[in-house]
Amino acid sequence: MDDIRNLTGMHIDILREIGNIGAGNAATALSTLLNKKIEMAVPRVQIATFAEMMELIGGPEQVVACVYLRIEGEAPGNMFFVLPPEQAERFVRRMIGDDAFSFQGEAHELGCSALQELGNILAGSYLSALADFTQLNLHPSVPALAIDMIGAVLSFGLLELSRVGDYAILIDTAIYDERRPDESINGHFFLLPDPDSFSIIFRALGVDGL
Amino acid sequence: MSTAQAVKIGIAEMEVVVAPNVIRTCGLGSCVGVVIYDAGKAVAGMAHVMLPHSSMARGGVINAAKYADTAVEALAQLVMAAGGRKGMLKAKMAGGAQMFSFSTAGGDVMGIGARNVEEVKKQLERLHIPVVAEDVGGRNGRTIEFNPQTGVLSIRTATQEIKEI
Repeated sequence: MDDIRNLTGMHIDILREIGNIGAGNAATALSTLLNKKIEMAVPRVQIATFAEMMELIGGPEQVVACVYLRIEGEAPGNMFFVLPPEQAERFVRRMIGDDAFSFQGEAHELGCSALQELGNILAGSYLSALADFTQLNLHPSVPALAIDMIGAVLSFGLLELSRVGDYAILIDTAIYDERRPDESINGHFFLLPDPDSFSIIFRALGVDGL
Repeated sequence: MSTAQAVKIGIAEMEVVVAPNVIRTCGLGSCVGVVIYDAGKAVAGMAHVMLPHSSMARGGVINAAKYADTAVEALAQLVMAAGGRKGMLKAKMAGGAQMFSFSTAGGDVMGIGARNVEEVKKQLERLHIPVVAEDVGGRNGRTIEFNPQTGVLSIRTATQEIKEI
């Protein structure tokens, strides 16, 4: 891919559809897991400099719980599932049946495993939908977890792209549940394909690459 | 009323400030924030470096601030153009963490934090700019701010108290 700024409207639509299909599947998996309805926003496809991208996702200093995994296979890339730490805590409490769980507490490791597993399930459903849609062989690595500034975690996903240019394409899909404000969920899936993966995805879908 | 400004640089950017202004960058993970300054002139430059070496670039125009091997020299030039004196320059640095610990994430970007730190140091040494303080490595993201008036680099993380070096 020479310059991602040459993407056409049709390419953007395809990337948005990828976010739609992937995150839709993941939201369904989460609905089943939590036995509640999870909504999904229309995916945003953002093309911006790295610095601009950090601002677009709420500023690099914002602390988040982040599950990261590497997408391996025919169209490699990076995927992040990000949510506010207090919501991640709530997920974990529900999953391990411990209302007192906190990331600062003693059960930290168990909680981290639970959150990684959640990330695994969600990313797995995102990727399997994407693999079905594109007929590409895609599989997730073991997930890794960090609770830290979003700039610090997400910049890791920009490294491959940064070798090609100073712009990134981020496919961002928000999932949320607004019916119980006290238990609301506001998570984001960020998909950052490697530079060469864009043409592979477009070609797999029968559209000329870049 | 103070007219001092906090100049903010983003990832793969660099800039120079003169006191009373300060300079900061947010959310350093594997990236390294390097500061080159002349305390006597109260001038300082900061770069937010992403990758160790410009040989990792795949074509196109190279953004000097992005790579340690090009950023350090370019930054030193900027600081001297703003009044910094060769031979009086010093450096402080922070960042270069390993945010994720597993090893399946592609060969070239693994251990990138440590490699960024190493290359920044190598370049500073080549230019005879001493590193007088550093806070590098570990598993935490960092936000840093440098005050050219005091020469203090303050470092904030998500969980620990502010550290000044």
